[in-house]
Amino acid sequence: MQLPPALCARLAAGPGAAEPLPVERDPAAGAAPFRFVARPVRFPREHEFFEDGDVQRHLYLQEVLMQVADAPEKPRVPAFACQVAGCCQVFDALDDYEHHYHALHGNVCSFCKRAFPSGHLLDAHILEWHDALFQILSERQDMVGEVCIAAEAIPSGDGLRVLPQLSGARGQGQGYLSTLGSPVRGAWWWGRARGQREVMPSPCQYQCLVEGCTEKFKTSRDRKDHMVRMHLYPADFRFDKPKKSRSPASAEVPGDSGERSEGEAMEICSEPVAASPAPAGERRTYSHRIPSTICFGQGAARGFKSNKKKTKQC
Amino acid sequence: MWSRRQGRLRPTVCGVEELRRRRREQEAALRKARREQQLVSKRLLREDVPEEAGEGCVAAILGEAEVQQFLRQAQRGTEEKEREGALVSLRRGLQHPETQQTFIQLEGSMRTLVGLLTSNQALLQLEAARCLHELSHSEHSTIAEACLPATSYLLTYLSGHSPDFIELCLYTLGNLIVESEAVRRQLLPQGIVPALAACIQSPHVAVLEALGYALSQLLQAKEAPEKIIPPASASSSILASTLPQHMLQMLQPGPKLNPGVAVEFAWCLHYIICSQVSNPLLIGHGALSTLGLLLLDLAGAVQRTEDAGLELLACPVLRCLSNLLTEAAVETVGGQMQLRDERVVAALFILLQFFFQKQPSLLPEGLWLLNNLTANSPSFCTSLLSLDLIEPLLQLLPVSNVVSVMVLTVLCNVAEKGPAYCQRLWPGSLLPALLHTLAFSDTEVVGQSLELLHLLFLYQPEAVQVFLQQSGLQALERHQEEAQLQDRVYALQQIALQG
Repeated sequence: MQLPPALCARLAAGPGAAEPLPVERDPAAGAAPFRFVARPVRFPREHEFFEDGDVQRHLYLQEVLMQVADAPEKPRVPAFACQVAGCCQVFDALDDYEHHYHALHGNVCSFCKRAFPSGHLLDAHILEWHDALFQILSERQDMVGEVCIAAEAIPSGDGLRVLPQLSGARGQGQGYLSTLGSPVRGAWWWGRARGQREVMPSPCQYQCLVEGCTEKFKTSRDRKDHMVRMHLYPADFRFDKPKKSRSPASAEVPGDSGERSEGEAMEICSEPVAASPAPAGERRTYSHRIPSTICFGQGAARGFKSNKKKTKQC
Repeated sequence: MWSRRQGRLRPTVCGVEELRRRRREQEAALRKARREQQLVSKRLLREDVPEEAGEGCVAAILGEAEVQQFLRQAQRGTEEKEREGALVSLRRGLQHPETQQTFIQLEGSMRTLVGLLTSNQALLQLEAARCLHELSHSEHSTIAEACLPATSYLLTYLSGHSPDFIELCLYTLGNLIVESEAVRRQLLPQGIVPALAACIQSPHVAVLEALGYALSQLLQAKEAPEKIIPPASASSSILASTLPQHMLQMLQPGPKLNPGVAVEFAWCLHYIICSQVSNPLLIGHGALSTLGLLLLDLAGAVQRTEDAGLELLACPVLRCLSNLLTEAAVETVGGQMQLRDERVVAALFILLQFFFQKQPSLLPEGLWLLNNLTANSPSFCTSLLSLDLIEPLLQLLPVSNVVSVMVLTVLCNVAEKGPAYCQRLWPGSLLPALLHTLAFSDTEVVGQSLELLHLLFLYQPEAVQVFLQQSGLQALERHQEEAQLQDRVYALQQIALQG
């Protein structure tokens, strides 16, 4: 097949459209028995027209058997240790070290040293395990937990408006809010201090852990139910362990080998109620946020009493 | 881009004839599968460990006891190297289908493997993932489906940061996706589409190629046009996600264009477009102009190098353009065709020549685009004439019947526009070529030749005399008994005799 020499030059030159020759159709052109009509053609997915190209594509997929590394083998270097404090792993290949670093030190909780596969899961963990306000709000769930308000309404230092009286309807998502005077810090808005007997608002704050799903739930159990039912996740998904009190020094990482993890999940928290996995600094913050005049529930103690219930429910 | 190497389990010495024979067998098997709409292919990632003479290079089949032992060692070994070594041995054994069967039949084996996959030892994680990958490559659905407990973790790890690991997870997922609808029914609610949409922002070329592969497998699924592609499918929808825009970005020509990545995403785009779900949406994202520019780039690349792999990219690009050109949206945007650049025709012919030399089976696809460009476009028809492309087109006639019909159709597209066009087709090689195709036995070729002759006689009456002088009537008589051709043969005979 010989192409005119000027064709390559035309390709290299700038864009442009040919000035079309005049179109002048004679009605006899389409007269029977002749039936030609100029028309663009479309072929659907499974059309046999695509057979040859599809076969070529699949030959390519099947023949590509080996990974082509830029270097024929992993470059070896003199053995070196991971520089992260507390890690004593030694490596002699940079690729191995890179994977180790990303897997174990990339998304690490600074409170309890647990490593997570992604920033998303780490964020959820920090919120659910180490955020004092989250702890308070989720404890509310066990006592009243009637109406959910959007998680965005929870303050982190900002003011919050709350409904003085709620109808007690169950539900998720946006609730009804009205102003209660000037914005207040922390959890002062519970209203109990004002002597009102009311249903305490409880936010839905357990976010679904599946990428792309924005659903939020009142309790971690509801969230797990959702993940199992809607997302077909395993009931023992290793990055959704319920919170239990453990000392940070144990440095447990979620998802140890199967048997070990199961053993841990079944462990009943036996540490004293007042013990907290959070570092001392956080406890002080916790104390500042909740004035002693506020009491959640009649005679309820502060702490992680609710954890025991949750653990048992697992 | 991947280059081709021999399989690890094949004998190292293999004659050229043997290779050709295997390739022919492979091709025949693929054709059969295609006709039965069972075309499934998987990719296998294996590290190319240099084989050492004197050692057992080929992995042995593992028995139940050995599999159990390796699993136990990997799970409970005290030394990390020992644990890793056990998994490596397991992985090598899993190259064999027999070992794979043994593995999945062993109680608790997958649970243990998943535990190792999610362990806090990074290298154990990697080896466990490689074991899963071997299993995912199996041709037996029971084995691939046995990997289902791991999918939520594979998806979770796509948001991680280790490119090698993510690449491995993606290829494993891609292999599992193509396995069965049952697998996809799990992966879709598990959020595979949002996970891929998040992962496509990775800067790593290997990750992007793997992602393209996984996505192409998802889009190839039978139920994709109803359940995966349309925007209304909510969380599992491809078109509702940011994937289409990113895909088009991967196809933009320029220094960042990576051929291996582009091939995968071009095929993804083809599966979406030929499903004809919501092509105006893609046109709105600039698909036509991106693909048109890519076509120009391909033609340039073809001229510069002898790389035979370019047809792997050219094929889906041609298909996407051809199908998109049939959309009404092409005309309405701005009131004119988005694709008007004459260089597209020049590029297409350069590619046709390339196909003619390297891959003649792709000529019909190129000519399909030419038909769709010229059918309703006086401008492109004029380009064919002004760029002297009629002669090269006629040179393709002898290739095959399918190609002949398409060449004649394109010529009809030009001729039907009227006398100004037919004058430019005359004199020249057209009439001799037509007399030649009238001698073909294929009814469709002859039929299209008759249509073209009719247009030529109508708009260029001088052609009739020359036709008669060159024994045209005898050429026509040959077909006057053929049912599908009779009427037209007779009509032309009348015109010729009256002329």
